[in-house]
Amino acid sequence: MPITARLRGVVLRPFQGAGRPVAFIATGVLIQLVVLLVMALPWMLFVPVSMAAVLLAVLVPLAAVVLSGPLLTVAQHDRFHARLGVDIPSPYSGRRPPLHKWLRSPQGRRQLMYHLLDGPLLALASAFVLLTWAAAVTAASVYVWLWLVPLDWRVDHPGYTTWAAYVTAAGIALLYAASWLSGALARLDTRAATVLLGPSREEQLARRVEALAESRAGLVDAADAERRRIERDLHDGAQQRLVSLAVNLGLAKATLGDLPENARRVIDEAHREAKEAIEELSSLVRGLHPAVLEDRGLDAALSGLAARAPIPVRVKADLPSRPSPTIEAVAYFVVSEALTNVVKHAEASGAEVTLERFGPTLLVVVSDDGVGGADPTRGTGLAGLAKRVASVDGTLSVTSPVGGPTVLTVELPCAP
Amino acid sequence: MRAVIAEDSVLLRIGVVKVLEMAGFEVAAEVGDAETLLAAVDEHRPDIAVVDVRMPPGFTDEGVRAALVIRRQWPDTAVLLLSQYVEERYAADLLAANTTGIGYLLKQRVADVEEFADALRRVAAGGTALDPQVVSQLLVRRHSDPLDRLTPREREVLELMAGGRSNAGIAGQLVVSESAVAKHINSIFAKLDLPKADADHRRVLAVLRFLGVA
Repeated sequence: MPITARLRGVVLRPFQGAGRPVAFIATGVLIQLVVLLVMALPWMLFVPVSMAAVLLAVLVPLAAVVLSGPLLTVAQHDRFHARLGVDIPSPYSGRRPPLHKWLRSPQGRRQLMYHLLDGPLLALASAFVLLTWAAAVTAASVYVWLWLVPLDWRVDHPGYTTWAAYVTAAGIALLYAASWLSGALARLDTRAATVLLGPSREEQLARRVEALAESRAGLVDAADAERRRIERDLHDGAQQRLVSLAVNLGLAKATLGDLPENARRVIDEAHREAKEAIEELSSLVRGLHPAVLEDRGLDAALSGLAARAPIPVRVKADLPSRPSPTIEAVAYFVVSEALTNVVKHAEASGAEVTLERFGPTLLVVVSDDGVGGADPTRGTGLAGLAKRVASVDGTLSVTSPVGGPTVLTVELPCAP
Repeated sequence: MRAVIAEDSVLLRIGVVKVLEMAGFEVAAEVGDAETLLAAVDEHRPDIAVVDVRMPPGFTDEGVRAALVIRRQWPDTAVLLLSQYVEERYAADLLAANTTGIGYLLKQRVADVEEFADALRRVAAGGTALDPQVVSQLLVRRHSDPLDRLTPREREVLELMAGGRSNAGIAGQLVVSESAVAKHINSIFAKLDLPKADADHRRVLAVLRFLGVA
């Protein structure tokens, strides 16, 4: 049995899956027949004699076909999807433009090229292949048709069976050829349609960039929302508990007067630890996303930062309106890190923070009168800043000559 | 001395009530939002209301708004605001409206029980208690040259003074003698061209006025 099975495999393999391309090219022929019918309509109704009438009879249906280009594109997309399972991406980013714009757009021109040139040519080839199928099936089954021939004809023509055997063999060969041709045509059509009915390479790249930018913005926003959530959870949970613990220890300290010395020491120690833990947690939360930023905006949050800095910091922030929460968070983070750097490395006696809005740009400038020599390529502080700024399409630049002063300038995009 | 407390976090409320009782206050009512707070103040007429800045429903500055209403409608009730962070403009709003019986502290200051009890008594008696952080933020805002003329030590004294401390309180905090504090203060007044004043809250007023708040 395996031998016959293998034989059947070899014989039938070319026909496996041949049904889809055949149905596909047949539908293609149908669509082009409809177009042909539209083109031929005036000629069927009357025979134009004058030059003008001929021009009219050609141009009017042609215009009709051109104007129904978008519809034809939809029909072709459907044909590829239904018959081959091939999904050609939409040629437009977003919705289809109105007809007058469509005609002038590169996408529209490419589609018309397919509908008026490639499509009809391919349909012609498809019609030829379909005829080949018909001829091949008829020839391969010639013995069946011989039954229909009157008996006396067969008696008059001895040797017809040999002739019929040749025809059968030719038919079978033609069947194979037709099957291969159908597949090849379907592939050719798919290639042509992908180029002409889909987006061009540039359009695809542009669309990809758009999608990536959108998803990145989504990610940045999500990370930011997550930081805010953690801040709230910490504040509502751990921070409240710690404060309550510290209060209880403080009360114990204040009210238990007659404690032995070592017990008092232990309570003192615990009280101090609890207070330090609160401070630590507060500064951690501030680094994440301070509540004041959400409630009162950048100006208030920055004055808090400045007040906690060990050197005098001036803050000037005149913003006509609040930027988006994400931009606010990045600006806050920039100033916070920059001030940390100033305190750590600059040996400065003071720093200045300025925020200004120029149209769609938020300008953040942090300057100090320290020793300078800050290098954005060295050290993780500035590199991390640059990354966070870049994540919202901002730019960061540092000028820091040896001997100072150091000026860090950040531009952040924000919708006016 | 009677007190009303408005704080939505139950844990912290319990702690504050304990400290109030230790400081000799009788807690007349405990509430969780601004609306109930005003009703409670109207009903009990306490000497002091301890109020959280962020409260339901909006969790923004309900406490500050309630404090302004209380100080306007029931002048005999002092208000001590507690906040997760300090915002100098709240302090400015509060002090612009009136400079007596107002306190504004970070929540975690409750843990320093004795000092917090001091602040409670001071505010209830018509004084002022400002968190040191508020004062330093006010200094950030203030771009004035005379301040740059102060020595670091004088700045510290000024901040404590703006927080509503007495000379003795400042001396205790900085671990120096009272006469040294008095000397610092005289020097500060001289540098800032301020008239010398006696009562705590008038000194605060003077400092805040100089800081461009009141």
